Formats: sequence, C-alpha cells, structure tokens
Amino acid sequence: MVELGKVDQIIEKYAGDKTSVLAILQDVQAAFNYLPREAMNRIGEKLEIPMTQVASLATFFHAFSLTPRGKNIVTVCMGTACHVRGAPRVLAEIERELAVKGGETTSDGEFTVETVNCVGACALGPLVIVNGNYHGNINTADVVEMLHEYKPATGEGAK
Amino acid sequence: MTKFTTPAQLTDHVAKAKAARDPNKVRVSVCAGTGCKASGADALIAAFQAEIEARGLDVEVLSTGCHGFCERGPLVVLHPSGVLYQKVKPRDVADILEKTVQKGELLPRLQYRDESRQIFEKEHDVPFYKHQERIVFAMNGHIDPRSIDDYFSMGGYEALGKVVGQMKPDQVVEEVIASGLRGRGGAGFPAGWKWRFTRQAEGDRKYLICNADEGDPGAFMDRSVLEGNPHLVLEGMIIGAYACGASEGFIYVRNEYPMAVRHIELAIAKATELGLLGQHILGTDFSFNVHVNRGGGAFVCGEETALIASIEGRRGSPRVRPPFPAQKGLWGKPTNINNVETWANVPTIINRGSAWFAGTGTGDVSKSPLGGSKGTKIFSLVGKVNNTGLVEVPMGITLRKIVFDIGGGIKDSKKGRTFKAVQTGGPSGGCIPDAYLDNPVDFDELAKLGSMMGSGGMIVMDDRTCMVEVARYFVDFLKEESCGKCTPCREGLRAMSGILNRMVRGQGRHEDLDLLEDLGRTMKTASLCQLGQTAANPVLSTLRYFRHEYVEHVDHARCPAGQCIDLIEYRINEQCTGCTICAKKCPTGAITGQNKERHVLDQGKCVRCGVCFDVCNFNGVSILSGPEIAGKAKE
Repeated sequence: MVELGKVDQIIEKYAGDKTSVLAILQDVQAAFNYLPREAMNRIGEKLEIPMTQVASLATFFHAFSLTPRGKNIVTVCMGTACHVRGAPRVLAEIERELAVKGGETTSDGEFTVETVNCVGACALGPLVIVNGNYHGNINTADVVEMLHEYKPATGEGAK
Repeated sequence: MTKFTTPAQLTDHVAKAKAARDPNKVRVSVCAGTGCKASGADALIAAFQAEIEARGLDVEVLSTGCHGFCERGPLVVLHPSGVLYQKVKPRDVADILEKTVQKGELLPRLQYRDESRQIFEKEHDVPFYKHQERIVFAMNGHIDPRSIDDYFSMGGYEALGKVVGQMKPDQVVEEVIASGLRGRGGAGFPAGWKWRFTRQAEGDRKYLICNADEGDPGAFMDRSVLEGNPHLVLEGMIIGAYACGASEGFIYVRNEYPMAVRHIELAIAKATELGLLGQHILGTDFSFNVHVNRGGGAFVCGEETALIASIEGRRGSPRVRPPFPAQKGLWGKPTNINNVETWANVPTIINRGSAWFAGTGTGDVSKSPLGGSKGTKIFSLVGKVNNTGLVEVPMGITLRKIVFDIGGGIKDSKKGRTFKAVQTGGPSGGCIPDAYLDNPVDFDELAKLGSMMGSGGMIVMDDRTCMVEVARYFVDFLKEESCGKCTPCREGLRAMSGILNRMVRGQGRHEDLDLLEDLGRTMKTASLCQLGQTAANPVLSTLRYFRHEYVEHVDHARCPAGQCIDLIEYRINEQCTGCTICAKKCPTGAITGQNKERHVLDQGKCVRCGVCFDVCNFNGVSILSGPEIAGKAKE
C-alpha cells in the first residue's frame, strides 16, 4: 500500500544523513499526511538507526501523526491569546458539530480535528486553520458556517 | 551582481545602494505578514499590481513583512506621504490609486479611528505606532524580505563590511558586551558574555545557533522578524560567527512557520551567491555556512540543550548544565546560541555603536551588562486589548503605556469590561495585576513581580478571565510539554494539574492552596531545566495576586469571572427584547420564545457554549455562578 519509493526519494534528498532524521520524518508526513509504520521501518533501515529511535522521535514531537488523517485538517489554535478569547468554546463547538474529539478523525474520513499550541497569528484569535486557510476572530456562532464550506456537496454529516 | 571579494567592495556597494534609494518614490507598502495574509493581503497585492499596470502608473508595490498592527489588516501604507489605510480590500484599490495616490485626496472609510472615532492620517501618528521605538523592526514595512537589494538600499550588510574589514573578533565581542545586549529569548543573559565564552573555549570547530523555536503560545515576534527581514538575522549571525570563531551555523525554526523557513532559505542562498556566506567571505580567511532545521513542535526544544539534542537528530530532552553549550554544545563542540531577536539587534549595534544602543533602556551597564536592560524589546500585545499586534518599545516603558496608550485599553470597555491582569513571559511567566501597571518593564523588574520577560508575549486579561482557569491552562500545557526526564517537573505538574482541574469543577479543597504553593517551591528548587524551574510561576503568581479567586472556587464553588463551565449557568434576563437571535444560534435548541417576548433557556438542554451571551446585543443574557444559581432558582 505505502509507496516506499517516495520514502526512498526523501531519504535520498538528505543523502542518508542520520542527523536529518527529523527533517526526513517531516517530509514523509507531508507526503503521506501521516507516518505509516512501513515508512518508519524503511527510514530506520536506510539510516541504520534502531526503530526505537525513530519511534521515539515520532512520538515525542507533536507534529507527527501515526494514524491516517482526514481529507480536511481542522487545526484549532489553543495558544494563550486564543484561549483567553474563547478558543476552548470554539473547539467544543467544532467537536460537537463534527461529533469527534480533538485528535480524532470523523468516521467518513472527511475531517480531522487537531489542536496546536500556537500558530503565531495571535492578534487574530481565536483562530482556526482549515487545510492551511486561516479563519481569524472565530466565534462559536461562526463554526457551523465555516465548516460547511469544506463539507462534501451531498451535505452528508451536516446537520 | 557578482561576488564581493573584499570588504571595501561591499561597503562601497551598500553606500551606492543607499544613495540610489529615492525617498520620494511613490511606493505602496502592503503588509504581507502572516496576520495580513490571513486577512487577504495576497489578493490585495495582486489587485494593486494589475491596477497600476492598467493605469500605467510609476508606482512600486512593496510586499513587505509584518507592520505589527495585525488587528487592522490588511494594512497599506503609502510612501512618501506615510498615509495609513487599514482593512483594505481589493475593491478599494482603484479608489486608493485614483483619489489618494494621483489626486492626494484621503479616503475616510479606510482610515484608522480610535475608540473615540478620531481619525489618524499617517502611520506614525497612530497611537499604536507613535509610542514605539523601532530598532529591530525599523526596516519592516520598507523592504521586500525576499530582496537583498532592498536590504542593501536600507544600509543592510554595512555592519558586516565594517566588522570584517576593520574590526578584530575581540573588538566585536567587547562592543556587544559594552552595548549591554541581553538575550531576548527570555533569560536575559548578556549576549556578549556568551560570545566571549565561546570564543575562548578550546575546540577545533565551533558552532552558532539561532533559536527560532518560538514555542511560547501568544508570542510571534521571532516569526515576524524572520519573515519580514531575514537578512538582518543572517547578518547578525555572520558577525557573531566572525566574533566567536564559528564555522557553521544552524537556524532552528518551527515547522509551523513555513513562510519564515522560505524567506530565510532564500536569504541564505542569495548571501552565499554574493560571497557574504560560504568559503572565504569577502575574500578573507573567514568562512561560515548556515543551515535551516525545522522543529517538530515541542515546547521544551526552546531550551538550549534540548534544541541541540534535536538538531543532532535525537529527542529534545534537556541535560544538566554545566557544561554550558559555550564549552560543550552541538556534537560536543563549543556552541553559541542566541534568539532571533538578539541576533537581529547586532547589526545596529555595530553600525551605531554600543554607546548609542546603551542610550535606550534602564540601569547602567558600564561595569556589567547585568547592570540594566538596554535597547528595545518586541512584545506581542494580544488578548483582551483593543489594538493587538507586535510592538517594539524601549526597555523601561511602563505596562500602562503598553496596554493603554499603545494597546488602546481593554476591548469592549463600553460593555463594562475592565483590566484584570497582564500575563508576560509565556507559559512559565506570571500574571501581573493593575497595582503594578506603572512599574517599568525590563528583565529585572518583571522578575521581581514574580513574572519574567520571556520571549515577549504580553497577554491582556479582563474581568471575564478566570485566573484559576488560566493557571490550569498553563499547567496543563506544561504538563503535556514536560519531557518527563526529571521527577519534580513531571510529577509536580501532574499533581498541580489534578488539583487545578478539580478546582475549576468546584471540587477543590481549601488546603489545596497551601499544597500548590508547596509543590511550586519544590519544582522551582529541584527541576533540571528552566522549563521545570519556572513551571510553577503561573500558579504562584496568580495565588499571590488573585488568591481570592481561588478561595471563591474552593469555598463556594463560584467562578467570579463566569468562565468555569461546571460552575456557571446562563440565564435570560429582563433585558431580553425577544430579538430571537440567541434562539437561532443556540446549537442545542435550548432557547425558546416568541418574537418580541422574553425568551427562556432550558438548563437541561444547555451545554454552556456561550453562543447566546456572545450574540446578544442587549445584555439580555446573564452568567450566574455558585450561590447565585441556587438563589436565583428560588426567586
């Protein structure tokens, strides 16, 4: 299933440098949207580092996901500035609307809801990023409409 | 342009580029920082370019880095007049060019107004900018960060030419020490001292690191400096490498900052092409290369030994110091590590001299850089304040001036919101109440108040911010981010989190207050790294200044700020006009009522999301807490 050729290309780009393992993992995640087990094995083999070390990095850093993610990635900023302006309520509203918890993916595979500690756009908080598009100054009342833009045309999953 | 082969060639080129910059050239400077991009700056820039071409005008469109006033983005400043337009949309472009640029007429609809509706015409008159003093941000807004020529035209790389051509490495170190520059990453250690340690350390190779792992939630100045003026940081690093004797440098930047990564990589490529980086810089024996490392999103990697471990390809766990990185750093070699903002101050110190730099700020640094705080500091002013964004202010300015003069005071003050506290120093900082608003802001003063400078986050909180909940938020954040290596930090945070989470649910005990203080003291004394040593600050500082809020939570299950959802109830009061907006917006259908009649909220269905409170324009929704709930029920 997992195209290991793509993984090899990425490792190649860093000339098999052991110290580049973090960068390699980042590129693999960007290519596959998550870190497939097979890809992690491959990285360990090629760089000649134990799987435990690869797994230790993959689980230490927040940027990595070990499970496949949805088509649409909804990232809710939980930084301090967003927090005091109501980010927890926005997150709760998104969780309610999509019927998943933060870190989970909807059963139809359409949405993954993630939280991030800060995206550095604090003046626009509370901030939600959907597929890289920034939605600033989001109010709990705006959530339904914002998510609607990204829902499949059939309206499945919508209220 | 070909490679510079002597320092004199560079100096000469910069002088010519400066002279060639026409100050009267008509330029439209559009902020394309992350905030303004989120508000649609890209489409705006494209619209300007198309319209200027269609009209055949001799006007330059500058796509610049962050101007700072993110709240009002996208921002447009017209040069040379300095007219500021805010919240500009592509449909405004034709009007701006025709009326303002060509005829000199102003467009009131795009001008900035303060809360009293007073119009401010020019950027430098707007209170948000007026009280600032910009050293690091001086060029943002005037240059395209992707253009090294723009940087040259503002005097960029002049300092490098001077250093390599005329100064010995030790002289550079002494100049930085004399300036009093202290680390902008938070701890405030004298930058020049670190440089000297690295210079004097034994080692066949030495390294330099730029810490751009800006993990503090609520802070984004490093992002904006790297995005808006990457050559400034790079020039600072090259000068540092010359002074420390380093041959290789690393910029460790957060992966969440893709534009910063792109801009700095572009800057490195261009500087290398021109012989400002690489082998035999400016034809001398000095060689220096810079690499970019993307972080993996771990807060603890802002700690220098954890950051170094991460660059080496390991988990970001800190280690015991000493040895300090200046003795044994990256791959065991002497390593000097400074924050983005620290590096960005270096070229100006060289150009204008240490005495000029030390002329701004507090204290006396003639004997030791620890004698005061010099220069400026960038703060990200965010939270419940009217004007949010990045502000660069002289050290020693008061908190009041930042929050009220620059920040324009508390958001929604007309609806009765009042100032409660300002939180500085990131998650390990502290909350400072209004009694200390007139204290000067510098490294040592903030520490005395139980907070710290940190990387410069400044989060304003109003009377609707619950301090117990804020402490819980920071402790839960730090609990997740603790690397788990040392027991006081790992277990201390876990215990604190348990207590605070009980408190916000109304299940706290009075004796928990003493227990929290006890835990905090232990963590401060016994933790391995700065993360653990400062992790208790949010709890200790809120206990110090807002103990009454804790007491209300534990003794009366009451949240005075009306924020802790397990302790509150929303009620629709007699001010309800029956406008029906809350009933329409309520996600659970808990609100019912006829048009123009007072509505009713069914507590059984209410999930306390607060939509009704947010959307009501008539103060028709009250928040009750603790004994008030029982009291009101009896009515």
